[in-house]
Amino acid sequence: MTASPADTSSSLASVLAAGLAIFAAPPLYAQEAPLAYAVAGDAIERPLAGQAGDAARGAALMGDRHKSLCVLCHSGPFGPVQLQGTLAPDLTGIGDRLSPGQIRLRIVDMKALQPESLMPAYYRIADAPRVAAAWREKPLLTAGEIEDLVAYLSTLKE
Amino acid sequence: MRRLRFSVAGGLLAAVACGMAGAAEIAPQDRRSGADFMSAESRAMQAEDAANPGMLWVLDGERLWQAPAGAAAKSCADCHGAAQTSMRGVATRYPAFDARANRPVDLAGRINLCRTGQQNATALALDGQDLLALTAYVAHPSRGLPVTPEADARLVPFRENGRRLFERRMGQLDLACASCHDDNWRGRLGGSPITQGQPNGYPLYRLEWQALGSLQRRMRNCMVGVRAEPYELGAPEYIDLELYLMSRAAGLPLETPAVRP
Ligand code: HEC
Ligand code: HEC
Repeated sequence: MTASPADTSSSLASVLAAGLAIFAAPPLYAQEAPLAYAVAGDAIERPLAGQAGDAARGAALMGDRHKSLCVLCHSGPFGPVQLQGTLAPDLTGIGDRLSPGQIRLRIVDMKALQPESLMPAYYRIADAPRVAAAWREKPLLTAGEIEDLVAYLSTLKE
Repeated sequence: MRRLRFSVAGGLLAAVACGMAGAAEIAPQDRRSGADFMSAESRAMQAEDAANPGMLWVLDGERLWQAPAGAAAKSCADCHGAAQTSMRGVATRYPAFDARANRPVDLAGRINLCRTGQQNATALALDGQDLLALTAYVAHPSRGLPVTPEADARLVPFRENGRRLFERRMGQLDLACASCHDDNWRGRLGGSPITQGQPNGYPLYRLEWQALGSLQRRMRNCMVGVRAEPYELGAPEYIDLELYLMSRAAGLPLETPAVRP
């Protein structure tokens, strides 16, 4: 008999009005279980899916606030600055500062480098408590999606 | 130029990392109501009773306060008189300890105890319109008074549990309430101010909801946001979290019914 609101809608208006509702979009399709990868130093040299990603698809994914979530925390030369976060480094020129392999490890598992980082490990099954049913047993992004982001971010040079 | 930008980015990264490791509580002099982060228009809407949509619920609450209910056919007013005086300051010290339940109750839970125990009526649905309206009406006379948590020693373990829940990472995004509301409250998440997650305006009118809503509804939104399974409505975890949030808000003015984006 409780009139509990579902609060899972994410219309554009609610996205703009409330930073948070935007995390709530349900996954569009089931994601694969993570493949094994090798870390060398602070990098993963080989593409996760065995082949390089597509920078144009990566650019689109970068701007997708529901899926990649990147712009909730980061700013950079993508999309309107007033809708970008201020919680993490600006990604302008990141392709000059980091190699593709270094970018790859930072997306896959930033916490391997900085255990206290705010950044979710995008290619790891979450082990925190209370993961909601819709997101259990799957990484935030697929190997292919991460490769698309690596390809795009590597083009960000000054 | 390139070197400069590199060191700026490195510094930012280090700052984020340190903030997390520190998980520092907000110092009393730095406490800010969510209202301080709003646009001038939203603040004016909250301040003007005629413009504040939350006042519609307060009016409805006044009607319910006067209405006899249950087998006892008694109204709240029959026992408590004028809420403006009898309820002044009450909301600033909730949640409070309930000896029968042997744990804390929030203000809405306390009202339901009078419904069942004093009026012999059925409990009102949690987050239903009637309970929201009555809670807003009972809290309204405390508007402007400072949040003043009870010193009751029996509350201590529950408040400590609230703190533990606040600082624990959860959900697929692996974030704690504290990751945002202690460590990054000055920041913006996708353009929106994060704020300190203060509880001093509830129940409040949220423009995104187009309705009055409870603190539990707001906490639920944040849990869904980090892709965590929210607690059930009325769960003891929410009461413990509220106890901790109110201790962290001590001194801030009560704003019910506040307005938020
Ligand atoms: C028959 C008399 C009676 C009625 C009717 C009644 N109450 Fe109460 N109320 C009490 C008593 C007595 C207390 C003191 C706590 C206790 O002993 O339960 C109390 C306590 C409270 C408190 C807590 C006050 C504090 O200082 O912590 C609130 C809030 C409250 N009532 C609200 C209401 C509301 C709202 C209604 C109507 C829905 C209502 N009461 C109806 C007798 C009543
Ligand atoms: C990813 C960052 C983030 C996390 C984690 C988070 N919140 Fe929030 N919270 C926000 C943002 C952003 C808002 C403001 C949204 C808005 O109204 O635009 C907010 C608002 C709130 C508010 C409302 C404040 C007001 O002024 O009315 C409360 C209370 C709150 N959060 C509590 C919590 C609790 C409790 C948790 C943990 C269960 C939590 N939050 C986790 C980002 C977060």
